[in-house]
Amino acid sequence: MNHIKGYIGIDIGSISTKGVIMDEENHMIASEYIWTEGDPIKATKNIIETFKKTLEEKEIKVDIYGIGTTGSARNLIGTILNANVIKNEITAHAIGTLNTFPDARTILEIGGQDSKLIIIRNGIVVDYAMNTLCSAGTGSFLSSQAKRLGVTIEEIGDIALTSRNPSKIAARCTVFAESDLVHKAQIGHSKEDLIAGICNSVVKNYLNNLAKGKVLEDKIVFQGGVSKNKGVVKAFEDILNKKVHVDKNSHLMGAIGIAIISKNVNKNGNKLEFDFNLQNVEFKTIGTECNGCSNTCEIVKVYKDNELIEKMGGRCEKGNQISNIV
Amino acid sequence: MLGNYYIPIYNFLNNIVDQEIVEVLMPNKMSNETIVEGSKFSPDFACIPFKYNMGNYLSELKKGANVLIQAGGGCRYGYYFEVQEQTLKDMGYDFTFISLLGENGLNIKELYHKFKLLNAKLSFSTFCYQGALAIAIIKIMDDFETYMRDKYNLQIDSKSFDTIHKKMLQDILQINTLAKLYQFKDEYIKKLKAVALRKITKDDIKIGIVGELFTSMEPFSSFYLEKELLNYNCIVKRYTTVTYLLLQKRFSRKKVMKKASEYIDYHFGADGAETIAHTLELIEEEYDGIIHIKPFGCSPEINAMPILQKISRQKNIPIMYLTFDEQTTATGVKTRIEAFYDMLKMKKEQEKESREEAYESY
Repeated sequence: MNHIKGYIGIDIGSISTKGVIMDEENHMIASEYIWTEGDPIKATKNIIETFKKTLEEKEIKVDIYGIGTTGSARNLIGTILNANVIKNEITAHAIGTLNTFPDARTILEIGGQDSKLIIIRNGIVVDYAMNTLCSAGTGSFLSSQAKRLGVTIEEIGDIALTSRNPSKIAARCTVFAESDLVHKAQIGHSKEDLIAGICNSVVKNYLNNLAKGKVLEDKIVFQGGVSKNKGVVKAFEDILNKKVHVDKNSHLMGAIGIAIISKNVNKNGNKLEFDFNLQNVEFKTIGTECNGCSNTCEIVKVYKDNELIEKMGGRCEKGNQISNIV
Repeated sequence: MLGNYYIPIYNFLNNIVDQEIVEVLMPNKMSNETIVEGSKFSPDFACIPFKYNMGNYLSELKKGANVLIQAGGGCRYGYYFEVQEQTLKDMGYDFTFISLLGENGLNIKELYHKFKLLNAKLSFSTFCYQGALAIAIIKIMDDFETYMRDKYNLQIDSKSFDTIHKKMLQDILQINTLAKLYQFKDEYIKKLKAVALRKITKDDIKIGIVGELFTSMEPFSSFYLEKELLNYNCIVKRYTTVTYLLLQKRFSRKKVMKKASEYIDYHFGADGAETIAHTLELIEEEYDGIIHIKPFGCSPEINAMPILQKISRQKNIPIMYLTFDEQTTATGVKTRIEAFYDMLKMKKEQEKESREEAYESY
């Protein structure tokens, strides 16, 4: 049994956590997609556990040469896994997509709580936008409205496709969208029209917020959790009047990207210390307030088996000197 | 309290009052507390400077201040002090409010009478002399910091500038005459020039900051945007300084319009037109990226944004837009800054490769 070189990429988002192991040729060896459920450490442990099982089943021995983390919990998980690269999700998504679609020029990404638009020319990012103030054009809006209509988030796409006459639903703001939706439901619009209407409103909100003044050129790639929703894909195609490409791994692009970056960063080609038996290691985080000045930075102390491994969140040296006592 | 500008104001006040009767309070640094306390007593939709102001006033009033001073400004900021004064008085505080700008802008005579409240013996000549001194100090501080932003990533020992800067801010507090100031200036120019620098190369990333003045100048309100960029080894240029607002802006209005004439026909309040003109200037100077910052709801800058988007498209330059309000987590801002930097860096690397290919083909 040969040992091969592997690179782990973990993308810990607000709603879901994505993990992949890539080989040296940027092919995926293992992947996993689970809900974060407000506990990024547990989610990561579960992902690593799944990796272990997958590798055992496939009878592959992997030596880890790169570990990368991205997404909103990237710093915390990066510390825990001792990652060799911790990077923002915009760069990670761009790199991941270019691996699958080298000729992509526009990346639409809608995740659980944020959305991004990345413009690519000649294989590099030249411009991007990320929603700032509101989550109207994101996955969490879709899931809360699905709940209101009594369908699961997974069903939305198929139901939306059956609609012939999507309801018009305000796209500016979630609050208005919701009252619009309730109103349309009460005057008798059918469920599929309402659902298709929500999908359209997500797309309109996205385009109004992020695509202002930007030129969306072919090839357009759509990814992030919401790209699994066929209703939203169709809404994008109808509104943009262009083909929108969705890869079967579209939800994993951030993780793929960060795994590839971790490979590129490890130029010396040194093997990293990594143990797949993470389940038995106890990680604990304690949040405290630094009282060094009136800023009261929120310091998070990370313990591995009761041993302090990192303090994060301080803006100055004082935060790092905060006492080590639990 | 705005960036380090409390120093010249503090100096000025100490020099014009009788220090045995009047105590000048050193303002607290901006902190989470400022914004949390300030927002409690501010209208939700007033822009962020209003809330910081309130936080500052409250912390000083609690220390016992009975005279507050505010600068005033060119947009709705100009009306803020009246609302703030009323709000604070309704809360039961008793104090006198001095606004540096009057109804018709800056009027020295009017201002002199306002400050006479603090010291009945204050002569007009002393007032003017100390005013000029304060402005001279501001100018020196701004020049110092502008130089630092421009050269920060070129210093060989990464701590040199910070050390001198820190020392300068301490020393400048002792200055009370122009003669001392000039001696001080010479000394620090020498120190600055003595910092060992490497040569600038085509691979250095240059980023310009344009936009609203408060978020530009108060680092806390932009989550230390500039510091963050400097730590990524970028060359940073920012136009808005107090020197610029006080001394240069009024004389450059025509120049600004001329520069931006392709896009706008008239000034639209505060620094809107300046934002456009400065963006165009940065592009001419081959800056790699531009960051536009504003508080939430800042109408002059919102008006400037569609024009910036057009410029970005036509001139092919990335512009990132950041909006600040009373949120307290820096992660979102950091993510965007890092991504912006990564993007510019990738661009540079590609340019470098194509340059090298061009060489090889010879």
